[in-house]
Amino acid sequence: MAIFLNENSKVIVQGITGGEGTKHTAKMLAAGTNIVGGVNARKAGTTVSIGGKDLTVFGTVEEAMKETGADVSVVFVPPKFTKDAVIEAIDAEIGLAVVITEGVPVHDSAYFWAHSSARGNRTRIIGPNCPGIISPGKSNAGIIPADIAGAGPIGLVSKSGTLTYQMMYELREIGFSTAIGIGGDPVIGTTHIDALAAFEADPDTTAIVMIGEIGGDAEERAAEFIKANVTKPVVGYVAGFTAPEGKTMGHAGAIVSGSAGTAQAKKEALEAAGVKVGKTPSETADLMRELIAR
Amino acid sequence: MDLYEHQAKDLFEAHGVPVSRGSVAVTPEEAEAVARDIGGAVVIKAQVKVGGRGKAGGVKLAKTPEEANEKAHEILGMDIKGHTVHRVLVAEASQITQEYYVSFLLDRANRTFLAMASAEGGMEIEQLAAERPDALAKVPIDPLIGCDVERARAIVDEAGFPLDVADAAAEVIAKLWETFVAEDATLVEVNPLISDAEGTVIALDGKVTLDENADFRHPGHTDLVDQRTENPLEAKAKAKGLNYVKLDGGQVGIIGNGAGLVMSTLDVVAYAGEKHGGVKPANFLDIGGGASAQVMADGLDVILGDPDVRSVFVNVFGGITACDAVANGIVEALKILGDAATKPLVVRLDGNNVLEGRRILDEANHPLVTQVDTMDNAADRAAELAAAGV
Repeated sequence: MAIFLNENSKVIVQGITGGEGTKHTAKMLAAGTNIVGGVNARKAGTTVSIGGKDLTVFGTVEEAMKETGADVSVVFVPPKFTKDAVIEAIDAEIGLAVVITEGVPVHDSAYFWAHSSARGNRTRIIGPNCPGIISPGKSNAGIIPADIAGAGPIGLVSKSGTLTYQMMYELREIGFSTAIGIGGDPVIGTTHIDALAAFEADPDTTAIVMIGEIGGDAEERAAEFIKANVTKPVVGYVAGFTAPEGKTMGHAGAIVSGSAGTAQAKKEALEAAGVKVGKTPSETADLMRELIAR
Repeated sequence: MDLYEHQAKDLFEAHGVPVSRGSVAVTPEEAEAVARDIGGAVVIKAQVKVGGRGKAGGVKLAKTPEEANEKAHEILGMDIKGHTVHRVLVAEASQITQEYYVSFLLDRANRTFLAMASAEGGMEIEQLAAERPDALAKVPIDPLIGCDVERARAIVDEAGFPLDVADAAAEVIAKLWETFVAEDATLVEVNPLISDAEGTVIALDGKVTLDENADFRHPGHTDLVDQRTENPLEAKAKAKGLNYVKLDGGQVGIIGNGAGLVMSTLDVVAYAGEKHGGVKPANFLDIGGGASAQVMADGLDVILGDPDVRSVFVNVFGGITACDAVANGIVEALKILGDAATKPLVVRLDGNNVLEGRRILDEANHPLVTQVDTMDNAADRAAELAAAGV
C-alpha cells in the first residue's frame, strides 16, 4: 500500500506537449508510472511519442478519462492557464490532480479550491507549486527524482521540494511508502493534516516525517491533529528560523507576518504534541533512524 | 508587495472607492503647492510602509499652505521605525464624525477570503482584535460568490455600524471587494474608514498588498515598486531574475537550489556560526532547478558584491538538476568573474550525478573552492572561513 498513488494509478499529463510536461513525462515513464495519455485542447487527436511510448493527446480531461480510465492528472500548464486546467480536472471528477505549476496567483488557487469544495471535493488536489507525489517502486506523479530512495516504511510530507529530496536522500537506506510535496503556496489542496491522516491509516507506513517552513499556521494545526489522531511516531523539521519578518523567502507562502508564522512557534507546537523536531535535516534523519531501530 | 498609502488610494479611486482629495509631494514646496490647490486645511502624511506613523509624528495637520510647507519639511527625511520618509501625501482634512475599520484578506487556514469590519476604527487592528474581539466582525467571503452590496450590508450590520451610514458604508465596502479581486490583492485594509458631517463615507487611509504571482495580468503593478527604498543588492538580483533576500548582520553568502533547502541552509549556517564567533547567513538566494553557469555567475556576482560577505556556501541537492551541470556552472562562473571572485567558496553537492560533479570541481582545483560532503559540515566550514575572514 501507499497513499493517494499506487501501482494501479493511471496517469494523464495536462500540458504534456509543453517543455516541462514532455521532460517530466519521460522521467515519470522511466520511473514506471503508468502514463496513459495527455491533455491539450489545441492538439487534441494528435499523438506524442515520449520515452518510446506513443501517448494520445486528448482535448479534455473528461475525454481522456473516458478513453483511458485515467484517475490521476499531473498539471504542468503555465500559471495563467492553471486555474482553468484545475477546474477542468475537478469538473471531470478525476481522483487526484497534482498541480506542479509554480507562480499561480492566489486568487486563482482560492477560486479553484472553492470550486472543488462546492462540488464536494471529489478530486484530491496536491499543490500548486509542489514537486508532486511518489510511491517508490509503484508510481511517480510529478517531478520528484525517482532514484533518490526506494520503497520502505516511512511516510514523508513536506512543503518544500528540495527538502523532500534531501530528506529522502538522508533516509534512503530505509525507504518510503509515499513522499508528498504539498507545496509552499498560501493556498494549497492537500495539507499536512490530510497526509498525516492517510499515513496513519496506511498499513505500509510505520513512521512519518513532517517538514514545514515559515508562514501560516499549517504546522501548528498539524501538531494539534497529531496529538489527537496520530499513533505512529512522527519526527519533524521546520525551515526558516533565520528568516526576517515581512520577507517572502522563495515560496509565495513562506513569510513571517508580525509574530505569526515563525519557525520557533511551529517547532514548539510540534514538540508540545510529542513530535521530535530536528535542528537540521540530518539531525531529523537521525531521529527517524532511532525511532525505526526501536 | 505592500503599497504606500497614496498608491493604495490611487487603486481605490480607480475602482470607485471615495478617498479624500490629495496628492503626493517629495519636497516642502510641492506640499505647499498641493495645499494651495486643495484650499483650506490639509493633513501631511508620511508615506512609509509601517504602522504607527501617527504616534511617531509622521502625520500633521496644516491650516495654511505655508504651514503645509513647514510640516512637510519636518516630516520629509524623518526616520520612522527604520523607514526613511521620502514622500508625503498632502490630503484635504476631513471632518470626522466617526471612524470605522474594514478589510478584505486571504484566510490561509480556511483557504478562502475574509472580510473584517468594526464600528470602532482608528485603533491598530491587532490591538482591537486582542482587546475588543467582540467589536470585530469576521465574515468569510466565498471566492465563487464575492461580496456585493447586499453582502457588504450584512457585514456592516454585523459590525454594528450606525444605521444612518450603513448603506453608504456597504457601497464602499462592495467597491473595496472589487478592488481586492480586480487588482489581485491579498490584503485591502481601510483604517479608518470615516463618515463626515454629511454622512459621506471616505477611505481616510489605505493599505494594500498585491500578489506578485499575478503580475502577468497587471502590467502596471511592477511600476509600483519603489526603487529608492529597495536594497541595492536585492534590486540587482531582481534585475537578473534571481530570488534573493538580503539579511542584515550576516557574513556567509548563501546559494542553494529550492526555497526550502535554502531556508534550511540559512538555519544550519546560523547554528554552525554559534561556534565561530556568531557569524550568520548574509542572504537568501534560490537559484532554482536549472542552475546554469550564467545563473551561478549572476548569483555569485550579487553575493560577492555584498561587502558583508566573508565566505560563500553553495549548497545544492541535485534533484532534477544534475550535480555535474552545477559543478560546471561553478567552474564557468568563476571564469566569468575572474578577479572579481575573491571570497572562499564552500561547495556541498549531493544527489543526481554527484560523483561526476565532485570530480569536475576536484579537477578544476580552483584555489577558492573547498568541497565538503555533508550540509552540516559544509556549513561549519563556511562559518569558520567567515569568522577567519572578519
